[in-house]
Amino acid sequence: MSIDTSKVATSNSSAALADKPNRVGAAANWADERLGLASLAKKNLRKVFPDHWSFMLGEIALWSFVVLLLSGVFLTLWYDPTMAEVHYEGSYAQLRGIEMSGAYASALHLSFDVRGGLLMRQMHHWAAMLFIASMMIHLLRVFFTGAHRKPREMNWVIGCLLLILGTLEGFTGYSLPDDLLSGTGIRAADGFMKASPVIGSYMSFFLFGGEFPGTHIIPRLYVVHILLIPGLLLALITAHMLLLVYHKHTQWAGPGRTEQNVVGFPMLPVYAAKAGGFFFIVFGVCALMGGLFTINGVWLYGPYDPSKVTAGSQPDWYMGWPDGALRIMPGIETHIFGHTISWNVMLPILVLPIVMFLVLMVLPFIEAWITGDKRDHHILQRPRNAPTRTAFMVALMTMYGLFWAAGGNDIIAIKLHLSINQITYFMRVAVFVGPVIAFIITKRWCISLQRKDQEDLLHGYETGIIMRSPEGGYSERHLPLSPDRAYVLAAQDRDPDVIAELEAGPSGPDGNGVEPKTGIAGKLEGVRQRLRLAMYADNVQKPTREELEAAHHHAEHEHELQAGAEGHAADGHQFDGHHSVEDDRLRADD
Amino acid sequence: MRFLNRSVGRLSRHRRRPLAGLVLLLLGLLLTGGLYSAFAPATASTASDNEELVAEGRELFLVGCAFCHGQNGEGVSTVNGNWLGPTLAGVGAAAVDFQVGTGRMPMAQPGAQNPTKPISYDQGEIDALAAYVASLAPGPAVPDPSDYSLAGLSSDEREEAIARGGQIFLTNCTACHNYAGKGGAMPRGGYAPNLSDTSAKHIYEALLTGPGQMDSFSNGNLSPEEKRDVIAYLYSLREQPAYGGFTFGSLGPVGEGLLAWVIGVGALVAIATWIAAHTARSNKKKGAAA
Repeated sequence: MSIDTSKVATSNSSAALADKPNRVGAAANWADERLGLASLAKKNLRKVFPDHWSFMLGEIALWSFVVLLLSGVFLTLWYDPTMAEVHYEGSYAQLRGIEMSGAYASALHLSFDVRGGLLMRQMHHWAAMLFIASMMIHLLRVFFTGAHRKPREMNWVIGCLLLILGTLEGFTGYSLPDDLLSGTGIRAADGFMKASPVIGSYMSFFLFGGEFPGTHIIPRLYVVHILLIPGLLLALITAHMLLLVYHKHTQWAGPGRTEQNVVGFPMLPVYAAKAGGFFFIVFGVCALMGGLFTINGVWLYGPYDPSKVTAGSQPDWYMGWPDGALRIMPGIETHIFGHTISWNVMLPILVLPIVMFLVLMVLPFIEAWITGDKRDHHILQRPRNAPTRTAFMVALMTMYGLFWAAGGNDIIAIKLHLSINQITYFMRVAVFVGPVIAFIITKRWCISLQRKDQEDLLHGYETGIIMRSPEGGYSERHLPLSPDRAYVLAAQDRDPDVIAELEAGPSGPDGNGVEPKTGIAGKLEGVRQRLRLAMYADNVQKPTREELEAAHHHAEHEHELQAGAEGHAADGHQFDGHHSVEDDRLRADD
Repeated sequence: MRFLNRSVGRLSRHRRRPLAGLVLLLLGLLLTGGLYSAFAPATASTASDNEELVAEGRELFLVGCAFCHGQNGEGVSTVNGNWLGPTLAGVGAAAVDFQVGTGRMPMAQPGAQNPTKPISYDQGEIDALAAYVASLAPGPAVPDPSDYSLAGLSSDEREEAIARGGQIFLTNCTACHNYAGKGGAMPRGGYAPNLSDTSAKHIYEALLTGPGQMDSFSNGNLSPEEKRDVIAYLYSLREQPAYGGFTFGSLGPVGEGLLAWVIGVGALVAIATWIAAHTARSNKKKGAAA
């Protein structure tokens, strides 16, 4: 056994003494002896984060959740979840003397008579908007880059649950002030519940403790809003982040980056500073928005009264898309044995969101089933290299966006001077046709980008330098990519050769002697094969080693042919800002 | 005439001459006119003023309005049975003052709804048009400024009036005009207009006459005091500061959602990009190279 002596002191001028422990060290030691944090910290303080802007989108959600917790605690100190009637006698003159619920009065009190109360209310509301928005863009990033693949499927599901819970948390939150808009929202929710067959009216009576509105709904929503859902959110966020630590971070392909390592900066000191700093930035953006922009000015809406409603009654944006579906749904009802089934409410509000969320949750599993890919993936895919997946999500986004726009149909009508009816008719068709068009365009777009990558790999990048041959022909000079860039482009996996699989056919045992499946399993397998074909068949595969070598050989040959032109001034192309042109003249004969 | 003729004949069988009835009628009219001028001295000059105004209004009407509303304001119907311009008998001076005074009339082109435009007539001409239309049949008159003024109320009474007006507004108006009076969509390209810049007189007239798809709130429906309170509430909204900061149109959650995505998410993603682009070691490398 050899000992590495390079670190051993070469001089022996001073005696080795035990350092007198400083106070921080002593405190850390005290804590470690009792909590055993050292080994945990040693590993996790050095957890590596790769650098990419898109890896920080989930962080926006995390930090806005922290802002929500902090501002929410402040709000609970003054908000009073009671539906007892009071006469308002606070600072807001336009409502003085008006009868209202204690909840609404306390929301007004918070807004006008508590120092910083309105700022906190608005920060809380803006942070909620940002919380859900950042969860969604984080979700899109994960999906577009293939980070939902094995081993991260469960974390995807947790993320989807967080999105649903965040949406519900938002709904219960903006229902609490008991103003005209929130009451309209609760009334709508009551209608949605009652639209579910058989159990609808029971559910409604159970939630409201009788007929709408009753006096129970606000206290109940309050408990759900500040206890039940935040608890679930916290637990799921914890699970989400523990899994993040366990799986380690994904990274983009690049030289030195493999499926076995993570290249980036450690938590301490770099990412603690970056992420910690980002928290303050998110907090600051929430504070700026809360301070500068009005959100949900409850004083203008007035207290809720079932006989009133206001134009522009929309839910917050994250509930906007089912609302849009509801707005454009034709009025279809069925009457069976004296009961009415309101398809016009049930389909857009109850069925559609549940189906959409289920589709979202099972996406990684469906993809894994189609691809049959059982490998772990820690290197991300560029969206273009999974054209079908990218196109599918863009189609979903298009559908979401169209439903969303339909939810604002009245605002679109007045702002763009359109007829609300025409918008509705258009959307009824567009929500079905739009996603299909988006799918086709995105898929072809991705494949075109793949072709571009292949072109760059094989023939180099376009330099913009136009060469004129002695014969008078013009051609653009291509130069080989840098090795790093070429590595990134060539790092993607080759897709399975589905065409060859299809030609080989499922007849007879395969190479491993496995008999083809029969019956339902066989039919399913047939579906799977067709989906596989649709998923992969048109993709462009990265060039093989032979193709690359042939292309480089060809390029060398071309350069040889152009060698005669080397050294001759090429009419000004060197004046492109990238070259030193001190001694150059515009023409060789100047 | 025959009736008169006969009754006069019955009274005086000796004077059954053909023109007797007519003479009697003229005498009656003379008597009535004489009595009127004797007992209504103050309005005599106003009446002749009004007559002049009506005449002036009719001249203007024939040039600017008669094409759609007919030579005598009787309305013109199209072959489909729709109105090219509806009859104006009974709409009153208030309707003319509102429609012309806000630039809605004369209409530039038929459409879902006539929008406000730069006003085509000066107030004198509008008054003349209003007088002419009012002369067609009785209808609501242009309100007097005292009808919608809070002058004469104590500050407490004013505050109560505004709060009362707010509740009336939220009950009757917000369904179309939005909670802050910023307007909303109506079917088939129609819209309830933004009330932020509408003058008190025009709001009052709109309430009285119910232009377009709007309901009319007659004085039996919404008393003049209640109308005044609604107007006072709307004016109080204009005067109050934007407590929460920029409102971006006060159009409700759609605008807020747009703002959250464009400004909030936009800013945070931009900052995330900036943070990620500044790697920790860039300074070190520069130092090493130097």
